[in-house]
Amino acid sequence: MAGKSQDDLSACGHAQAGVAGIIERYSGDPGMLIPMMQDIQAGEGYLPREELKELARGLGVPLSRIYSIATFYAAFRLMPKGDHTVQLCMGTVCFLKGSGKISETIQKEFGLVPGATSADGKFTFAPVNCVGACALAPVMVVDGEYHGGLTVDSAVEILHRIAEGGGAEAPVAPGPAASDGPSAEKKGRAGSTTVKYTAEDRPDAKKRAKKKGK
Amino acid sequence: MGTVATKLESAETLAEYRAAARERAARIDRVVRVCCGPGCIPKGAREVYERFVEAAGELADGGVAVEPKLTGCQGLCQRGPIVTVDPGGIFYQGVKADDVPEIWRTTVVGGRVVERLLYEDEQTGVKAQTAAEIPFYRGHHRIALALCGVVDARSVDDYIAAGGYEGLAKVLTAMTPDGVIEELTKSGLRGRGGGGFPTGRKWRSARNAPGEPKYVIANGDEGDPGAFMDRALMEGVPHAVIEGMVIGGYAIGSSDGYIYVRDEYPIAVERLRDAVGQARELGLLGEDILGSGHSFDIRINRGGGAFVCGESTALMASLEGRVGEPRAKYIHTIESGLKGKPSLLNNVETWANVPQIVLKGADWFASFGTEKSKGTKVFSLVGKVTNTGLVEVPMGMTLREIIYGIGGGIPGGKAFKAVQTGGPSGGCIPAECLDEPVDFDRLTELGSMMGSGGMIVMDEDTCMVNVARYFVHFLKDESCGKCTPCREGVAQMLEILTRITKGEGRQGDVEALEGLGTLLEDTALCALGKTAAHPVLSTVRRFRDEYEAHIKEKRCPAKECPGLFRYQIDAEACRACGICLKKCPVEAITGAKKTAHVIDLEKCTNCGTCFEVCPFSAVLKV
Repeated sequence: MAGKSQDDLSACGHAQAGVAGIIERYSGDPGMLIPMMQDIQAGEGYLPREELKELARGLGVPLSRIYSIATFYAAFRLMPKGDHTVQLCMGTVCFLKGSGKISETIQKEFGLVPGATSADGKFTFAPVNCVGACALAPVMVVDGEYHGGLTVDSAVEILHRIAEGGGAEAPVAPGPAASDGPSAEKKGRAGSTTVKYTAEDRPDAKKRAKKKGK
Repeated sequence: MGTVATKLESAETLAEYRAAARERAARIDRVVRVCCGPGCIPKGAREVYERFVEAAGELADGGVAVEPKLTGCQGLCQRGPIVTVDPGGIFYQGVKADDVPEIWRTTVVGGRVVERLLYEDEQTGVKAQTAAEIPFYRGHHRIALALCGVVDARSVDDYIAAGGYEGLAKVLTAMTPDGVIEELTKSGLRGRGGGGFPTGRKWRSARNAPGEPKYVIANGDEGDPGAFMDRALMEGVPHAVIEGMVIGGYAIGSSDGYIYVRDEYPIAVERLRDAVGQARELGLLGEDILGSGHSFDIRINRGGGAFVCGESTALMASLEGRVGEPRAKYIHTIESGLKGKPSLLNNVETWANVPQIVLKGADWFASFGTEKSKGTKVFSLVGKVTNTGLVEVPMGMTLREIIYGIGGGIPGGKAFKAVQTGGPSGGCIPAECLDEPVDFDRLTELGSMMGSGGMIVMDEDTCMVNVARYFVHFLKDESCGKCTPCREGVAQMLEILTRITKGEGRQGDVEALEGLGTLLEDTALCALGKTAAHPVLSTVRRFRDEYEAHIKEKRCPAKECPGLFRYQIDAEACRACGICLKKCPVEAITGAKKTAHVIDLEKCTNCGTCFEVCPFSAVLKV
């Protein structure tokens, strides 16, 4: 197995920059195509066409194979990332606790499209199957920061704050008592983003959130 | 932490290294363990830990040597962040960074307890000082998680001091590969990833399979929504997974290991990478481990966010740099897996059990559990349950003991409806089965399965048709599309279920669902497709009346499916505050000051806004 000692990571120093460097890092092993693409995405924020072409040439694999991988795996993006990445957990527990309605509302409010970047370039919206933080359901991860115990209102408020550059501040830490969150009247702001891409039909967006038992 | 320079050339040098680490640990007067598991990190546990580190630097009180440890999951996520202080095992919950100075002064230096941070039983008001006094921890027995929450998750020295790699040393010095497999077979360990295949038998086949090289793979692509056992393990005790794999490599004659980790678990990836690096530096990975002649190394691959890659052949395809499509398993991956070579794939929890079994013996392990399901199982107990958390209990414990005894029952005085186990391949188990013991075979008989260990509790407000629809929707998105039954069958099921939840269900829909389900079981290519109908079939079997109510009466008994129930204002409870009236988007609510408000059902769109905003809970679902 080639490349064992130099494996694993973008972190290790490499002589060449860019795609050539990445190919070198994995000893040009086409079997390591996915990690290579992950490294490109880690650097660029997405998979730019030119880089993918270079990767195909460098490895001697058809570009179609690279695209098949890029479109099969949910983690790959073919368009630039927005200023902020919003991962909304759509796992079972979050679903039971109302993530469907949160998804529906923030998509409307901020012009988000699942798997794409909003037209204003602010948010890349990525609903994920489960972030494994079920104790905090419903959960949203914005730029790596967890926000748990969400309500529709608190999710909207958090995203407004972030959109305005206020940063995430303290993540919402839900205690059993605090989980109803602030029901602030922060709505109705110009969330006037038009979207370049047609929204796919996502039945879960129509899912109704339920009020938690009091 | 992990200041490693020496290469351990033999079991003796490892023992010396351990003795030195223990000696260093013995000089510590107080150990502060800050849980930085999946549940605590988002609640600010990291800041709590950092404050303790700062405190240890600044406030250091002359004589007292304090070591703050950043640990993996300690279990009771509901009450996180959790901090325990030794000696004494003082258990603090809901700790915030600002609480650190007080804990430091009172407990760490003063040796007294901060009452307000102790666990308090919600019903009885009784406070608990240690974990052992908390109902949640009763009945726990940690084997896979033995050192999770105990050792510093980032420190190999800590792991070694706590007995880590002792199992590996034993294997390499005193056991033959056949002996290891024998021991594992005797222990009765079965695969923790879902299927429950006997691990010893799998290892035996891998050892006997012709072909070189052989591969050892850990499946850390924990895709089931609602499950975080593997995440907790990889983050909390990465070395346990590594140690298990090195032992596996020795047993089957392989020197190449892979860990396939879900991309959504960045901390797990980081911990595993660091741990692999530490193990290499110490010579616990690499050439000639502990002078035994056994060489083994591990590479870490991140997944791409595809649920199907948890399936063995899809996972291996992904490792080969291809799309994660499963193949038919006429030939098992044991004979022809990764790169067409014999490949031994186990779930990370299975691997984490291995060091403990070889160290403490098959008989010890087999003393836990039921006749056919030995040992313990880690569950993520989540959903509508009072104590959400990570649980490891002996097999055979009843669902009631887990959900009510450990989980504290259903919050808000609601009634239990079902527990979903096994993820999207599993099923829903109803209240009448609460006294059933949890083991591989019993759960299968109940129409569900063990799966990887997600246990999602649902209460009376959960519509079972909608739950089935949720899982089918999940699977429709995640179906790789290679085989027609799964690609088209799941889509058809989703269409039918969506129609039913909208009140457009037709006579014969349930039968059509059953037909499709059976078809999938018989004809889908991979295990995920074959089991894709389980959430539907199990809810049809157990909650047929709910389906019937949706279809025949256009009524959702759980009052969850919009349009299949009505909102009504309780005139007694209404305080005429006018909030719902203002918020209603279609002006369907009328009323005036001091007059109870009324919803005009003709105009109402069932959006639920009034229900959400009413401060007096006067809006009812009927």
